[in-house]
Amino acid sequence: MIPEIGHFALVLAFGVSICLAVFPLYGYLTNQNGFCATAKPLALLQGFALAVSFGVLMYGFLAHDFSVKYVADNSNLDLPWYFRMSAVWGAHEGSLLLWALILAFWGVAVALFSRGIPDHMSALVLSVMGMISVGFLAFMLFTSNPFVRILPFAPGNGADLNPLLQDPGLIFHPPMLYMGYVGLSVAFAFAMASLISGKLDSTWARWSRPWTTVAWAFLTLGIALGSWWAYYELGWGGWWFWDPVENASLIPWLVATALMHSLAVTEKRGLFRSWTLLLAIAAFSLSLLGTFLVRSGVLTSVHAFANDPERGVFILGFLIVVIGGSLTLYAVRASKVSEPGEFGWISRESFLLFNNLMLTVMAVSVLLGTLYPLLVDAVGGGKVSVGPPFFNAVFVPLTAILVSGMAFGPLAKWRQSDDPKLYRPLIVTLIVSVLVGLVWPSVLDGNYSIGTALGVTLALWLAIATGVDFVKKVGLYGGLGATFARVERGMIGMWLAHFGLAVMIFGVVMVENHTEHRDLRMGVGDTQQLGNYDVRMTDLAVINGPNYVADQATFEIYQGETLYKTVTPQKRRYNASGMVMTEAAIDSGFTRDLYIAMGEPLGEGDWAVRLSVKPFVDWIWAGAFLMGLGGFVSITDKRYRKRIKEEKAEAAVEGATA
Amino acid sequence: MNRLMVWLPLGVFAILVGFFFKGLTLDPTEQPSALIGQPVPAFELPDLNTGQLLSRDMLPKEPFLLNVWASWCITCQVEHPYLTKLSEQMPVVGLNYKDTETAAKNWLQKLGDPYALQIFDPTGRLGLDLGVAGAPETFLVDANGVIQLRIQGEVNDRVFAQKIQPMLETIQ
Repeated sequence: MIPEIGHFALVLAFGVSICLAVFPLYGYLTNQNGFCATAKPLALLQGFALAVSFGVLMYGFLAHDFSVKYVADNSNLDLPWYFRMSAVWGAHEGSLLLWALILAFWGVAVALFSRGIPDHMSALVLSVMGMISVGFLAFMLFTSNPFVRILPFAPGNGADLNPLLQDPGLIFHPPMLYMGYVGLSVAFAFAMASLISGKLDSTWARWSRPWTTVAWAFLTLGIALGSWWAYYELGWGGWWFWDPVENASLIPWLVATALMHSLAVTEKRGLFRSWTLLLAIAAFSLSLLGTFLVRSGVLTSVHAFANDPERGVFILGFLIVVIGGSLTLYAVRASKVSEPGEFGWISRESFLLFNNLMLTVMAVSVLLGTLYPLLVDAVGGGKVSVGPPFFNAVFVPLTAILVSGMAFGPLAKWRQSDDPKLYRPLIVTLIVSVLVGLVWPSVLDGNYSIGTALGVTLALWLAIATGVDFVKKVGLYGGLGATFARVERGMIGMWLAHFGLAVMIFGVVMVENHTEHRDLRMGVGDTQQLGNYDVRMTDLAVINGPNYVADQATFEIYQGETLYKTVTPQKRRYNASGMVMTEAAIDSGFTRDLYIAMGEPLGEGDWAVRLSVKPFVDWIWAGAFLMGLGGFVSITDKRYRKRIKEEKAEAAVEGATA
Repeated sequence: MNRLMVWLPLGVFAILVGFFFKGLTLDPTEQPSALIGQPVPAFELPDLNTGQLLSRDMLPKEPFLLNVWASWCITCQVEHPYLTKLSEQMPVVGLNYKDTETAAKNWLQKLGDPYALQIFDPTGRLGLDLGVAGAPETFLVDANGVIQLRIQGEVNDRVFAQKIQPMLETIQ
């Protein structure tokens, strides 16, 4: 009975989304305010219905209702309660429900926080979001319903959640990622609303800027969490694999990053209008495309979820409607967009244009690399795969070029900024960075690496240049301390994010070039050297977990003669699925991670053991965290709160003159 | 902006759609199995129900389905009614894979036993020789004992119509 309530709520949400897609748009086109006014209540109702539906599915997991097929496929009596909660989004149907719920949540947020925006505009925005919702809910109800039941013979126990996903990282990774993906729908909806209304000035950019930034911040954190999860759960010790599923999240991130920067130009200077509209459409379209690629089974990946061509056809149809429709509208309207104003060859505009150019090229190359196997297969060229060598060869130099521009950009002024004095501090910082960068690899053990020298130089240059900008701008207000509060939050966010990128680049360069890695045969009593440590295996035991049995090795790590730490990596075999998982033991530190993972049993009580020292690996995620934090800080900017009043005043003036 | 340039994104997208549409008809999971065209590997395993020792020579001498299943496999339960229906049309041989005797027998008792023979393979040895990745998997074997088709996952109407039926027609 209870699952039917969830099912009913889902159907209700579908009905509401149809109303939401139709009524406000109709109201706008026929100039009937009554219809426009339905947008906000409908958005709230849709959010409520989906929350109920989601809650019911979660209840099904917590209460072990195996008559629900989705629960039976993805849960088990022995599964701990917190994984039963995250199992809700552990497979196809549930993750779609989460997607739809988050889309509805963003709709609710727009309904509640758009008081400063004219009613007909927010009605249009919500209507566009309603259309997206219709597509997703129809997809769920017709091809991927999570409330399908196995009756009358409900199984007594479930098949268990994929053990790969039984991990704390997965509790937070998908919701974060989806907050980002789906959050981009708000910028998309604003762009569409402005195209529909034909009001193509820069006001839409002003409205959608904070939404884009917050979605971008979630996306950043979501991707970082996914990478962190892969690092310690997949048991290979890698942090990025250029897997299609990872690329599907990186591509929208790159475009969203470009969008954030181009929105700044559109808002402040009214330039790049047409381009910004296109980016807003592209960012969300690429999120949808990512969903299509992952869910339809067009591409194979390590994240192998159940594939079904029928679903693929449905999503493709949906993509054609959404992306094709929006690009057609864009083509019809954007040719009329005027681009008032000019800017000098060297100006903040030109640096931001450079930023957009680089990020777009990066996004397109990752997209091409991801789709290449599909394109070749489609023209009958057989199955090929594009591996990390391609992506690294393309991505690394592009990043280097992008980062060198990032040192200049923030220092430049709008319009015209060719006064060499502005950039003089960069010469000194460049000299310092090059010197430190060149010396740095020789301080490390092992071979001198040019790659490290270049990478560290770049990271350091970006970090110092960001610092210089910080000192200059804070200095303008009379130094640090009390006056610090007067600096725009948006500025602080930018510094945090740029500095975060520098931190991340440093981590990547160090891990990629200086990881010490050994595969060894070890038994109880054996000692091996690992960096400055001695690692001794002292015990092997069999451990019974809630839903798995594990071989557990105990390693004592010695620093000289003193015991530094005892760690216990495991090799788990999950009871229900029989899948074997590696639980690596990781000792995280500021300058390095010690990584110990068990491989295969080799007989006579010996195991293949993988030992690694990964220098500065945590800096990768720390950097990403700083970037995300930067995004969140910048939306607390005063002007976003003050705007509500201003907007009303402006509207009043407009009303008076009209 | 240039009048024609604004149509460019749509054009690029249209080309991509063409490729995606083609891509949907290609199956990335379709692994060209090494066993297609090969006889079923030799084995000597007991029948789950009778305990009688079974071998390759005792398999049906007409086209049949070899269905790999286990009581711990939820999808096997889902496809079971369909296999039961199919068993009126052609023999279905079960391969009980990495299971325990009691659990497997209970399962058959509860859901019905449409299988002509039931190979009991608790250690998964025959499964390994067949290259089974998990349950359920179903092989179509012809009258000469040669494997013609491998299906990973659930057997249902669609799989039957698209894969099994055409293959049956060619081998008969």
